[in-house]
Amino acid sequence: MAEAKTILVRVKRQAGPQDTPQWEEFSIRWRPNMNVIACLIDIAENPVTSDGRKTTPVSYEANCLEEVCGACAMVINGHSRQACSALVDHLEQPIRLEPMSKFPLVRDLVVDRQRMFNDAKRMRCWVPIDGTYAIGPGPRIAPERQEVAYALSRCIFCGNCLEVCPKVNEHGDFVGAAIVNQVRLFNMHPTGAMHAHERLRAVRGPGGIQECDNAQNCVKACPKGIPLTESNNDVNRQALLDSILGWMFH
Amino acid sequence: MSSTKVILIGGGLAGLMAAIRVAELGHSVDLFSVVPVRRSHSVCAQGGINAAKNLKGEGDSTWQHFDDTVYGGDFLQNQPLVKGMCEAAPGIIDLLDRMGVTFNRTPEGLLDFRRFGGTLYHRTAFAGATTGQQLLYALDEQVRRFESEGKVRKLESWMFLSAVLDDAGVCRGVSAVSLRSGEVRTFPSDAVIVATGGIGAIFRQSTNSVACTGSAQSALFQQGVHYANPEMIQVHPTAIPGEDKCRLISESVRGEGGRVWVPKAAGDGRDPRTIPDAERFYFLEEWYPKYGNLVPRDVATRAIHKVVYELGLGIDGKNMVYLDVTHLPREMLTRKLGGVLEIYEKFVGLDPRDHPMKVFPAQHYTMGGIWVNNENQATNVPGIFAAGECEYQYHGANRLGANSLLSCLYGGMLAGPAAVKYAQSIAKSAESVSSAVYEREQKRQEEIYDRLRSQQGEENPISLWKEMGETMTQHATVIRYNKDLQAADAKLAELQDRYHRINLADTGRWGNQSLHFTRELGNMLVLARLIVQAAALRDESRGAHYKPDFPDRDDEHWLRTTRAEYDNGSFKFQFDPVDTSLIPPRKRSYTSS
Repeated sequence: MAEAKTILVRVKRQAGPQDTPQWEEFSIRWRPNMNVIACLIDIAENPVTSDGRKTTPVSYEANCLEEVCGACAMVINGHSRQACSALVDHLEQPIRLEPMSKFPLVRDLVVDRQRMFNDAKRMRCWVPIDGTYAIGPGPRIAPERQEVAYALSRCIFCGNCLEVCPKVNEHGDFVGAAIVNQVRLFNMHPTGAMHAHERLRAVRGPGGIQECDNAQNCVKACPKGIPLTESNNDVNRQALLDSILGWMFH
Repeated sequence: MSSTKVILIGGGLAGLMAAIRVAELGHSVDLFSVVPVRRSHSVCAQGGINAAKNLKGEGDSTWQHFDDTVYGGDFLQNQPLVKGMCEAAPGIIDLLDRMGVTFNRTPEGLLDFRRFGGTLYHRTAFAGATTGQQLLYALDEQVRRFESEGKVRKLESWMFLSAVLDDAGVCRGVSAVSLRSGEVRTFPSDAVIVATGGIGAIFRQSTNSVACTGSAQSALFQQGVHYANPEMIQVHPTAIPGEDKCRLISESVRGEGGRVWVPKAAGDGRDPRTIPDAERFYFLEEWYPKYGNLVPRDVATRAIHKVVYELGLGIDGKNMVYLDVTHLPREMLTRKLGGVLEIYEKFVGLDPRDHPMKVFPAQHYTMGGIWVNNENQATNVPGIFAAGECEYQYHGANRLGANSLLSCLYGGMLAGPAAVKYAQSIAKSAESVSSAVYEREQKRQEEIYDRLRSQQGEENPISLWKEMGETMTQHATVIRYNKDLQAADAKLAELQDRYHRINLADTGRWGNQSLHFTRELGNMLVLARLIVQAAALRDESRGAHYKPDFPDRDDEHWLRTTRAEYDNGSFKFQFDPVDTSLIPPRKRSYTSS
């Protein structure tokens, strides 16, 4: 019967960074249109495993629940993706939930993705304006150019592209496709372009674009369909040109 | 001039704008946020931001924007600040443009504008259908630049608990808890700006993000900060109903030509694409020929309610109506509305370019909020300022679409310099305040946590939250009856009682989300009661506040701001006059010109 239908969810639990991970299984009542977040709310309401053992609610990150804030990335059935748009009816059971592995673990499904924001800072990912005062309109931009920039600027910093990248690991410090894409975005803005050199110098530095080996996993994992490999290639070309010009003129 | 430190609570659009202004003036900012600021709820704003730039030759003006806003808000706003906001709007768009916001463009390379609800002008600048995201990112990037210069320090994954008030009732800083370690700490500062956004979690399934609980506003209210017009709650007409949240389908969909309809015959189970035009009831266009699908949100929401509940014409007898864009060019839909159509596609599994969307109203916004003065976003407590959705100015009894991003930015622009000016004007700074003041507040907060950890009983915080949300959605949204509001208040009092019997499954410190959620839940219940009590008092219908027993606006008695003060567990209400000095109140009707 429909109302008796249940969903099996297995969660990789870890109380803290130093603790040993362990799996717990939960049995959840099925309802129409459920996503992984709805399952996690159910567990919080009744934190009891499928074999009847009392446990604690699962810690996880979530905010907008419509795939625009980037918070709820986790590894679901082996794929790094957003939990809000992971619909239960489209997932094979038992549904396996794990934290992302390329970022420091905080607890359960929560990881610390601060490195992405730090890298954005290091790569100077902003348009340097003179101030917030009324000093007139911005530069004119052709609609075609805006459309390219808009597609790049929809990056939600979820980190899925880093999670699937073979060059992001404990031995390498590649900044990852998301940040390289930001460099492209700001270098294409008319004001941002005036400072392109600074960004290109940073993106040629440690962990820079040279680390990318073109595995192209990033573009497949991106929930926003950002042309990440195109951005990698574009920034690579810009960086090369910048270094040649730098060599010629200095 | 010495440098001062301002504490900012909340890293959405209003908070980030205030932070930029403070840093730009050469002062430092401690920015607290429960989520990394780039993940704040402002990213969910879809359709756009209003500014009367008049680039379409329609004769639009900032005065017209002002008039539409006040008329749309059913005259409950204090008008001078609204006028200031509308006048500042074109300059704000220029600023955003300079920051690199990827606004849609005309063939000439200028900003493009579209129509939105409650106006007849193309006044809404937009970046696809993820305008809030694009605006937030631009500000986040500017703040990151200040962060790299050491002017802004971010305390992300820290949750505000309370203001630190000295014996004279002056704010001297805040207390906050680390959502990671569970550590409670106080942070001294001469001025605090609160920009904590909406309160959707009180209704459980709303269009808001998880972090929009209203906990900070409630905590401040309980410390003596006044709260205004709590009863003014906006229900957005078009959202995808969902168990974890209701996902907004932006008003911009109608702004670009989307049409709302139901089959004329009740229970018509045909595939909507096969239903001929003559057998469709385009009720908004029929009832409101001038504005059509772009009537303000309160009007559209009530119309949908009428169609579904009174006329029984919901799709398949269910609580849903069609929002249809299948007649519009696919290329235009992708270019201008891609972001929002993608949400429908991902969460429902059908492409709205081919299938009419099924939508229903959902709680979306609070026009009411922390009381601030009519000049510079200051609350009644010295040293505390508020900006953005968490405060009550600008939108009166109903907010027009695409005015929220604007009011966030404008409020933040005012609050930043005002907080600096205040901090520099006070005789005694936080540094000279006795450490006992901070220790006292820290102890009070730790005791609240200790109590929650040691409570015994059989209650669960999620269950109580669901019951609160159900009560609020049922009785305190679209249609309100005094009898139901009183019953809702009794139910909420019962929940407050059961709250003390919550037995937490996890009493640890590290990353204990249910502990902090429970902390917030206590505050949500207070705010929920404030909403229903204020709604019960206002015996009229105005904007989003609609009582069938009092169907008309009653300016004689109720052209008043509801202003509430916390009084030891109960609320004291006063009703302040509204500054309508610029546009005299007139009857609000969208049925004809």
